[in-house]
Amino acid sequence: MIDRMAHEIAERQKDLPGLAFVGIRTRGVPLATRLAERLTDLVGTPFPVGTLDITLYRDDLSTVAPQPLLKKTEIEFDLNGRTVILCDDVLYTGRTIRAALDGVIDLGRPRAIRLAVLIDRGHREFPIEANYVGKSVPTAQREVIKVMFAETDGGDEVWILERPGS
Amino acid sequence: MLSALRSKDLLGIESLEPDEIGLLLDTAESMRSIAERAIKKVPALRGRMVVNLFLEPSTRTRFSFETAEKWLSADSLNFSGGRGTSVEKGETLLDTARNLQAMSPDLIVVRHSSPGVPHLLARHVAAGVVNAGDGAHEHPTQALLDALTIRQRLGRIAGLRVVIAGDIAHSRVARSNIFLLTKMGAVVTVCGPPTLLPPKVEALGAAATTDFDGAIEGADVVMMLRMQLERQRRSLFPSTREYFARYGLTAERLERASPNAIVMHPGPMNRGVEIASDVADSPRSVILDQVANGVAVRMAVLYLLLTGRPWEGEREAG
Repeated sequence: MIDRMAHEIAERQKDLPGLAFVGIRTRGVPLATRLAERLTDLVGTPFPVGTLDITLYRDDLSTVAPQPLLKKTEIEFDLNGRTVILCDDVLYTGRTIRAALDGVIDLGRPRAIRLAVLIDRGHREFPIEANYVGKSVPTAQREVIKVMFAETDGGDEVWILERPGS
Repeated sequence: MLSALRSKDLLGIESLEPDEIGLLLDTAESMRSIAERAIKKVPALRGRMVVNLFLEPSTRTRFSFETAEKWLSADSLNFSGGRGTSVEKGETLLDTARNLQAMSPDLIVVRHSSPGVPHLLARHVAAGVVNAGDGAHEHPTQALLDALTIRQRLGRIAGLRVVIAGDIAHSRVARSNIFLLTKMGAVVTVCGPPTLLPPKVEALGAAATTDFDGAIEGADVVMMLRMQLERQRRSLFPSTREYFARYGLTAERLERASPNAIVMHPGPMNRGVEIASDVADSPRSVILDQVANGVAVRMAVLYLLLTGRPWEGEREAG
């Protein structure tokens, strides 16, 4: 699935030398790393990979729900003028991506931002669509998509689960 | 893993659990990179109001809190109780607080020369209260930024030997640091002339001595405190020259400490009184790191007290 996405990026991005990958914590990071590696296998040049923590940009910080632990954003390269492939595991409401766009823009002025997601599960609340999708999976709201990567979870798996208590 | 503090207020280190201190330090570590950005602003606290109530002079702590508030996009009001304000006109502290409360701030950062003022405020206002220094009692954000600096330079806190030297009796920085460092597993020795060592300091968990040369032997951290002449009502040592000779941190004295030892000072420094100028400016000195870490620590405090507040009751996550 990730191989096919890398091929699509190689075909459709006309600006490969200026490409950079940014993964959204937590599980956008292994996707970004792997896409960059596969693309390097295809074209022979390395691509910079960064990590974005969107906690400070979330639109639900004012609610009283427990927040995830704030972690570091680690983007060690200049975003200005680059095309950023923003990577996340699951595209759902679009709110995470909205926050991530703000987060990236605060760090520099990329020439363009494209979105790559492993799973598009529908139910968008914002007008946001992905440019590269591993697989579209129609889901019900009560379901939960769990993506696991060898790097973070010990194995590559995607599960569709019932939300506990529903 | 702990993801939020247990109280709406940060009144002191004494009431914090080690896991809360760890959460504050980890969050501050993540906040540090914001200082390196071209655009030093994140929207996390948009629409939140913070009142800075500084009823005792302060430069770096106030600037540090204000910077942290601006970088997190909070709105802030500054009240310093100077000439012409309601404080000079005789308004009581609680009336000032009630009037501020009527403006519905989310958080009040308070500094006062009397110990316990933040605790009193916290009982009477709905807003969260952060202690930015109350008399000789506590200065929790200073201890947190010191701990962050130690962790960055030496990689840990547990097991370190820390000497805190100087005017211990008048120092809220010393008290908060003793609480924090002992909670996190460091071995703390306080050192100063007998008139500047508070009675029963051992009850706080620190060893006490008047012998600076002995205390500094093998120390990993040497924390010098400012001689607080404004809090001393009578003469507690013969002269600043004699004080420097016995308790000043000189390059020769520092030789006795561990080879990797770091030198700290909460500022403002009295060069030539408690610390020699060349030591303050040496590579071992982390005094300017402390200032930079101050903003990160205060951002962490504001962020953790103003988002995800479990004490308001559980609500389902979106």
